Amino acid sequence: MNWTWFHRLGSPPYIYKLAGTLTPWFAWAAALLIAYGLVGGIVLAPPDYQQKDAFRIIYVHAPSAWLSLMIYTTMAVSAAIGLIWRMKVSHALAAACAPIGAWFTVAALGTGMLWGKPMWGTYWVWDPRLTAELVLLFLYMGYMGLRAGIEDTQRADRASAVLAIVGVINVPIVKYSVEWWNSLHQSASVMKLGKPDIVLEMLIPLLVMFVGFTLLFFALALVRLRAEILRRERAASWLREALA
Amino acid sequence: MTPRKRRMVLVLGILAGVGLAAALASKAMRDNVMFFFDPSQIAAGEVPTGDRFRLGGMVELGSIERAPGSLEVKFVVTDFKHKIPVTYNKVLPDLFREGQGVVAHGRLQSGVFVADDVLAKHDENYMPPEVERSLKEKHGGQMPAAETATKTTLVEPGAQPQVVSDVLTVSGS
Repeated sequence: MNWTWFHRLGSPPYIYKLAGTLTPWFAWAAALLIAYGLVGGIVLAPPDYQQKDAFRIIYVHAPSAWLSLMIYTTMAVSAAIGLIWRMKVSHALAAACAPIGAWFTVAALGTGMLWGKPMWGTYWVWDPRLTAELVLLFLYMGYMGLRAGIEDTQRADRASAVLAIVGVINVPIVKYSVEWWNSLHQSASVMKLGKPDIVLEMLIPLLVMFVGFTLLFFALALVRLRAEILRRERAASWLREALA
Repeated sequence: MTPRKRRMVLVLGILAGVGLAAALASKAMRDNVMFFFDPSQIAAGEVPTGDRFRLGGMVELGSIERAPGSLEVKFVVTDFKHKIPVTYNKVLPDLFREGQGVVAHGRLQSGVFVADDVLAKHDENYMPPEVERSLKEKHGGQMPAAETATKTTLVEPGAQPQVVSDVLTVSGS
């Protein structure tokens, strides 16, 4: 098997250029899809039979919650690759992911609280799903705190990679908390096997938002990855040539 | 073993260890993680009497009684196997209605659950009112997912009041 593509992904100059090329594509596609999804979800989709217009928060809440888990998984996998193959770019990607994931976790928790007050009758309960999602936020914050606390980049990479890998156990706990335990949070409508429990005219803008948010994450991650590479490679000669 | 393989084994070992720890911890703390007890668990005596706990289930059709001139409300919470009568005297959330999931916090006093907090539980079904109406007409007042209504868990997708009473009749209660 030919592994040159994998080794090329480990090369900072190559990734720096590739990320620069890809970012505008992801960013524009994300902007278009999110604009379409917002109009479709907030203006065109019919109101829900129980929740009326309050259900529309799903168009921000569910994609944010999906990203909070997807980004953590991405972070843990790239941290593990960095640990096993000693790949600097992979550690840089993990570090770049963390704040983005933390903000999407905050968005998921915040929109959920805004919806919870009128629908459930409370902003917050110590329900398994809500608690596990809060733990996810703390894991992101712990990861960032640990990185910030260790001056030497290589040591920070290794220590934070172990934390990221240990914390990945929380991802299936968040996802399946609504099935494993009694919880106030409803179970999955879309992200599950079988037919979604949401009508097509509401589902399509939601799926568009899922794709749009994911592309937005790609764009943000690449911008942050470039910044991270700049910081790490500030003494490298290729960088002086690239920026000249 | 190359150093790379050793690191790979280390990472897999971490994952396996943490996974095992999480599984054991969640097994040990199962009762604490459960957000609420359902009426069957209460009937089986799994809830210590006199303690405050959360009761979860479906509000039974036709069971809501409001006392005129006050917020006092009585209703019955069912999990399609057992029922618990509940009293409450504060403002109810918007989604509180018959046939909808509910979680009440309070204590059991001589067979009646006296709630000091009631939360509405939403199910995972999203549809416009027209679709709900036509589903009801097509299925003679029942929602399509009647077969799921026999499950004991709380969120029955589309388990509507009619289904509730059918199940209760079949089970002879």
